[in-house]
Amino acid sequence: MQQVNWIALGIFVALFGFVSWLGFAAAHWRKGDLDQLHEWGLGGRRFGTLITWFLVGGDVYTAYTFIAVPALAFGAGAIAFFAVPYTVIIYPILFLVFRRIWHVCHKHGYITAGDFVRGRFGNRWLALAVTVTGIVATMPYIALQLVGIQVVIGALGISGTGLVADLPLLIAFVVLAAFTYSSGLRAPASIAVVKDILIYATALAAVVVIPMHLGGFGKIFAAVPVQKLLLAVPGPNTTGSYSAYATLALGSALALFLYPHTLTGILSASSGHAIRRNAAMLPGYTFMLGLLALLGFFVIAAGVDKLPEYAAGFKQFGNNFAVPALLLHSFPSWFVGIAFAAIGIGALVPAAIMSIAAANLYTRNIHREFINKNPTPKQESHIAKLVSLIVKAGALVFILFVPTQYAIQLQLLGGIWIIQTLPTVMLGAYTRWFNSWALLVGWAVGTFAGTAMAVATKLTPTFPLAVSGHTFPGYTAVYTVMLNLVIAVILTPVFNAMGTRRAPVDETVPADYHA
Amino acid sequence: MIDAQKKRGGWSWWYLLFVIQFIVALWPPFYNKVDPTLIGIPFFYWFQLFWVIVSAVFTAVVYFAVSE
Repeated sequence: MQQVNWIALGIFVALFGFVSWLGFAAAHWRKGDLDQLHEWGLGGRRFGTLITWFLVGGDVYTAYTFIAVPALAFGAGAIAFFAVPYTVIIYPILFLVFRRIWHVCHKHGYITAGDFVRGRFGNRWLALAVTVTGIVATMPYIALQLVGIQVVIGALGISGTGLVADLPLLIAFVVLAAFTYSSGLRAPASIAVVKDILIYATALAAVVVIPMHLGGFGKIFAAVPVQKLLLAVPGPNTTGSYSAYATLALGSALALFLYPHTLTGILSASSGHAIRRNAAMLPGYTFMLGLLALLGFFVIAAGVDKLPEYAAGFKQFGNNFAVPALLLHSFPSWFVGIAFAAIGIGALVPAAIMSIAAANLYTRNIHREFINKNPTPKQESHIAKLVSLIVKAGALVFILFVPTQYAIQLQLLGGIWIIQTLPTVMLGAYTRWFNSWALLVGWAVGTFAGTAMAVATKLTPTFPLAVSGHTFPGYTAVYTVMLNLVIAVILTPVFNAMGTRRAPVDETVPADYHA
Repeated sequence: MIDAQKKRGGWSWWYLLFVIQFIVALWPPFYNKVDPTLIGIPFFYWFQLFWVIVSAVFTAVVYFAVSE
């Protein structure tokens, strides 16, 4: 691997130090009693439009995204751009569905999706299914954020064996764990502001400066192999890459806000207006993500992957090394330091929110529901803080001792699992028609079928659904959530007739779902 | 907008703008082509980036048109 880049490393460490301080100082920002769970775990629901923009932006567009999407463009070409339609159509969903969920959660003091399901359907087992799915889907996501940090640390030239090699990651994680413990959601909210400014600066500089070096966009795209430039036009009797592209975008979009960390970001907003305004403002990040995806093609045009000084990096990190190598190749050391800090800090924000969200879920919907029914607020927040540490330690152990590939595959499965909570959570925001046991069976079948289909396709995201001689390759999550929904619809009248009556309580009323 | 306010939380015709966002974004045959290029960027890429901006504007329109 290349030499240690001291200037870049110095700036990286300085920026990292600054945001760490910010993370601890955030405890005093819009000060609240951090012994209350909604204060620690939702920032007191006090974030206005602008802070919500930074927080949800930092939450959705993670460091791993900024590494992996261009890496996919570099490796596979046009299909990587599905991230753009994906992050276009999430906003109507946010605007319509999750604003309703924000209102009902605000009204009843719900902190998690599990809380909402428990209140809406009065079925603790359905709430448990939603909770466990959320926690399990989030864990590999946290691990992937660490991959983002690992790649930039490697690209800074720090290498070694055994403990020495892992030390920087360990330090980063101890710091992350400590400020999350002490400041709760206020820490990632404040750090997100810094991270996003750095990321925007990096993205802007990269798409302006690098094409100038390479002789313009025309030359860059001329260097991209034809089969990577566009989606392959489907042959006869198949919808080919078109249905794969569209369903990947649709399924990812439907799943996104079902993740605990994104819901936590939404619920911390101070008003329904803040949510709706952000549905129009957050596409700013989508635009930037689209620009960053193009970096994958810059890598091809610059031929960075063929340069001997980056061979070791590509060998160790695969295509995930593409963006760091391009930045090292194209920018002076001081700017590399800023760009890498943007990615590294970009991992801290979602990792912190994810661990908080998982902690909220455990505390509210497992501990309080099944272990200690009447905790004091102080006990409750204490348990959440502790669980946030355990969750992060688990992710760290995972990334240190298990091949990265497993984290990526588990995260893929996580998307298929989390979408199975859609009928309960998203449709539940509109109707109480479903029988909660029918929803639970639908969830179980969807989860099982999705896992089986993913295994059958060797853990690739799309499944080639064949119907009477036609093949419809599509995102497994979309197919299985449709199955899930059909089962819930069919079983609802059956279960109602069988006398597994709807649980008597729906503690929400229609007026709770809007302003 | 009186109508939209009357049935708060219900359907508004302005939401058709969201439907347009969905259909265009999820219909690859519409944009899976190289020409016309924009400053050397194939249509596939610049159109989808352009659609991000259009969608944001649509959402802003809905925000102002449908008051909560």
